[in-house]
Amino acid sequence: MNINTAMNKHAEISIQTEDFDHGFEVNLLENDNVEDGAVVTFSGRVRNNNLGLKVKGLFLEHYPDMTEKLLAEIIQTAKTRWNIGRVKVIHRIGQLAIGEQIVFVGVTSKHRQDAFAANEFIMDFLKVKAPFWKKELTELGETWLEAKTSDKEKAQAWSK
Amino acid sequence: MIKVIFFAALREQLGCDGTEVSANNASTVAEVKDALGQKDEGWKNYLANNSLLCAVNHQMVQGDFAVKAGDEVAFFPPVTGG
Repeated sequence: MNINTAMNKHAEISIQTEDFDHGFEVNLLENDNVEDGAVVTFSGRVRNNNLGLKVKGLFLEHYPDMTEKLLAEIIQTAKTRWNIGRVKVIHRIGQLAIGEQIVFVGVTSKHRQDAFAANEFIMDFLKVKAPFWKKELTELGETWLEAKTSDKEKAQAWSK
Repeated sequence: MIKVIFFAALREQLGCDGTEVSANNASTVAEVKDALGQKDEGWKNYLANNSLLCAVNHQMVQGDFAVKAGDEVAFFPPVTGG
């Protein structure tokens, strides 16, 4: 599954249980890519606290195939909106411990503005559109996280 | 048959990750939900949650969306990735 995902048309997208190497991903964005002067990356990690509670870990579930389809649509929209070069989106699923990487978004462009904006756009829409769900393990037990209004507003702000 | 799948909190509430509904009993997403709710009060209540989202064949849709045999209908809570 993961090998296929990496090799096929969704090479820009990887949904995986295993960790990823940030430096390696930056190299992939930069190798043989001298047209682009800007590389913007975002990585999200599991933090040890949420809403005042101590967090022990996260479990991430997704809807296979639909996730890849929606991420591809988000990337495509970003490409039509900004002048960007390479894009890579990695999202992990399964059981994740504190401090582990969850998500990576990397974008290259000739100048920094396009890569900055496209990276944030992809991340904002991933948050509200891509079918992933987080279950949090805290000192009080396991809870599925609720979607945040602030995330919805952040994504909506791009259409203003 | 229409394939129906559930994710995250809904999957745990219903205690199963999927089932099937006869296309004879449902021609829209809302009718698929009604057919599933016949199972018992628990299912009826969990599926009545207004915040639930629905996708048919990986496309987000509303309740009046038409479904047919062979479709994959997914019900799930608002997404929380990233």
